[in-house]
Amino acid sequence: MTTHNALYKYLLFLGDNGLIQGHRLSELCSNGPILEEDLAMTNLALDHIGRAQAFLKYAGEVEGKGRTEDDLAYKRGEREFYNNLIAELPNGDFACTMARMLIVSSFEYLLFTALCTSKNATIAAIAAKAVKEAKYHFMHSRDWCYRLGKGTEESHRRLQNGFNEFWMFTGELFEMDADFAALANDGIGADLTVLKPQWLTLVQPILADSNIAIPNVDYMQTGSRNGIHTEYLGHILSEMQYLQRAYPDAKW
Amino acid sequence: MDTQLDLWEVFIQKKDGSEHAHAGSVHASDSKMALQNARDIYTRRNEGTSIWVVPSNYITASNPEDAQMLFDPSTEKVYRHPTFYVVPAGAKQI
Amino acid sequence: MNTTETKSSFQDKLDQDLCIEPKDTMPDEYRKHLIRQISQHAHSEVIGMQPEGNWITRAPSLRAKQILLAKIQDEGGHGLYLYSTAETLGISREEMIEQLHTGKAKYSNIFNYPALTWADIGAIGWLVDGAAIVNQVSLQKTSYGPYARAMVRICKEESFHQRQGYEIMTNMMKGTKEQQEMAQDAMNRWWWPSLMMFGPHDSDSPHSGNAFVWKIKRKSNDELRQRFIDKTVQQAETIGLTIPDSDLKWNETKNCYDHGEINWEEFRRVVNGNGPCNKQRMTHHIKVHNEGAWVREAAAAYAKANAK
Repeated sequence: MTTHNALYKYLLFLGDNGLIQGHRLSELCSNGPILEEDLAMTNLALDHIGRAQAFLKYAGEVEGKGRTEDDLAYKRGEREFYNNLIAELPNGDFACTMARMLIVSSFEYLLFTALCTSKNATIAAIAAKAVKEAKYHFMHSRDWCYRLGKGTEESHRRLQNGFNEFWMFTGELFEMDADFAALANDGIGADLTVLKPQWLTLVQPILADSNIAIPNVDYMQTGSRNGIHTEYLGHILSEMQYLQRAYPDAKW
Repeated sequence: MDTQLDLWEVFIQKKDGSEHAHAGSVHASDSKMALQNARDIYTRRNEGTSIWVVPSNYITASNPEDAQMLFDPSTEKVYRHPTFYVVPAGAKQI
Repeated sequence: MNTTETKSSFQDKLDQDLCIEPKDTMPDEYRKHLIRQISQHAHSEVIGMQPEGNWITRAPSLRAKQILLAKIQDEGGHGLYLYSTAETLGISREEMIEQLHTGKAKYSNIFNYPALTWADIGAIGWLVDGAAIVNQVSLQKTSYGPYARAMVRICKEESFHQRQGYEIMTNMMKGTKEQQEMAQDAMNRWWWPSLMMFGPHDSDSPHSGNAFVWKIKRKSNDELRQRFIDKTVQQAETIGLTIPDSDLKWNETKNCYDHGEINWEEFRRVVNGNGPCNKQRMTHHIKVHNEGAWVREAAAAYAKANAK
């Protein structure tokens, strides 16, 4: 049986993934390897932040304490965020950026596809929009993986390095806790354990076609379901929340 | 020598049923990238339902010096236009 | 085709207010002038992404963050349209970027000033984009077809930029005392550099002569500056901001505002590389360009291998 709090936390999970990933992507504005790609990455950032806004707005409504999406984005502390750790890691070079984009967008594509049939109408509506975005992000990063993986020796080395950096954070994407399980059971949330084999089926051939070896990792990082993050998150928040925290009475 | 990749021309169909019109150019190394770049740059405001991209060097343009030779001869051929013809008063649906 | 013929067909088109198109014959000096002006315009859009980009991660609401991202993305897009326009004149984007990096090509001076507080994002949108749009509207009638068409598109897209900035300033002026002070401070710092964006006085403008004859430039620096001042003063007053010019007053006879003397010494100092951010802006652009080289090489290599 889904509790009120479980739904709230699930919406934070969905919203925070968009918000924090969007934050990292927005850092890339004016840092693209070519002007066209700069604009493409800004579109990626906008999709993520737009999605965050929708989920956090609904989270505030579900919480029922009158908090807006901005209150939730700008006035929660490090231990109250539920995004996957992979979203908050630094961008690294362009190969790292595309490696993470492939990992995350393929996961999100499957997640939102599943959530399109959520019994919760608001989640289903946001997912229906997000799934189209994720599909495009997936295609965009996939094509870049091919180019970098088979481009030059240097680009191949950098792309392999990107996947090596992020692979130990892929286990967490599919982690379920008791609340997630209850939500999945009630047809509101997605069963992430089912998504894992689908995700591998989606990603493995792309890595193979990009001459990328699946990294060997003996441990998958974990923590975000309990609000335990990397040190990077605190810095993201101190930057993102600076104005709201410094001028608590101000409206912008 | 640096490369900014190749130049492509972008044609956008604004709405279903209308023609593809030239929108501008993008740089890209392959056709997929050109399509995606065109999408990210020229349809940011919901301006498109379909995109064509073509390498710029595949476009051949007529020379301005030839304009008179090419286009003036057709200005005289008024009989190609319906307004050239006299229709008797009272005739309908013609 | 001989020179006299070139000159006459070119001049005929200008006289009839027809557009000059890429394949038309045109005097070398016209082509050079356009390349210089359009590439400078393109570089300005791209370098202009930096001061505002500096605030994306700190924007105070999700709405403001999305608007700012979309606006900066537009600037990049406009840089791209303008690079493409210059490319129709026979210069490559590679060459233009190289000219920027070696200092042969300039960009607008305004972006050598820092965006220090969130109010600066308001001031940039309202004043800097406001000044730019006055100039760009007049360029919609410029004689080179691709440039004129790019300007039409750019003006259409930029129409929200100025409102975005003005909205930020309006909200801050309705806010706390600290916010009001922040807004006025930004106004004080951006007003004069915005006026300088229109360039030297007409009596002292080195490139204007031929630009008018060739109908590249349709309005003079001073005319455009006056138009900007006249429309901005009322906007400032409406939200309670003070224009930092004690000599500013309405001139009944001329039916426009008189304004104080612009500090041309500062203008020249910044143009010559000694503004607060000249070095920072260029260092960033060169760094990003160099760091992207392996990506562009990889994409080109992949395309070449796949073409076989």
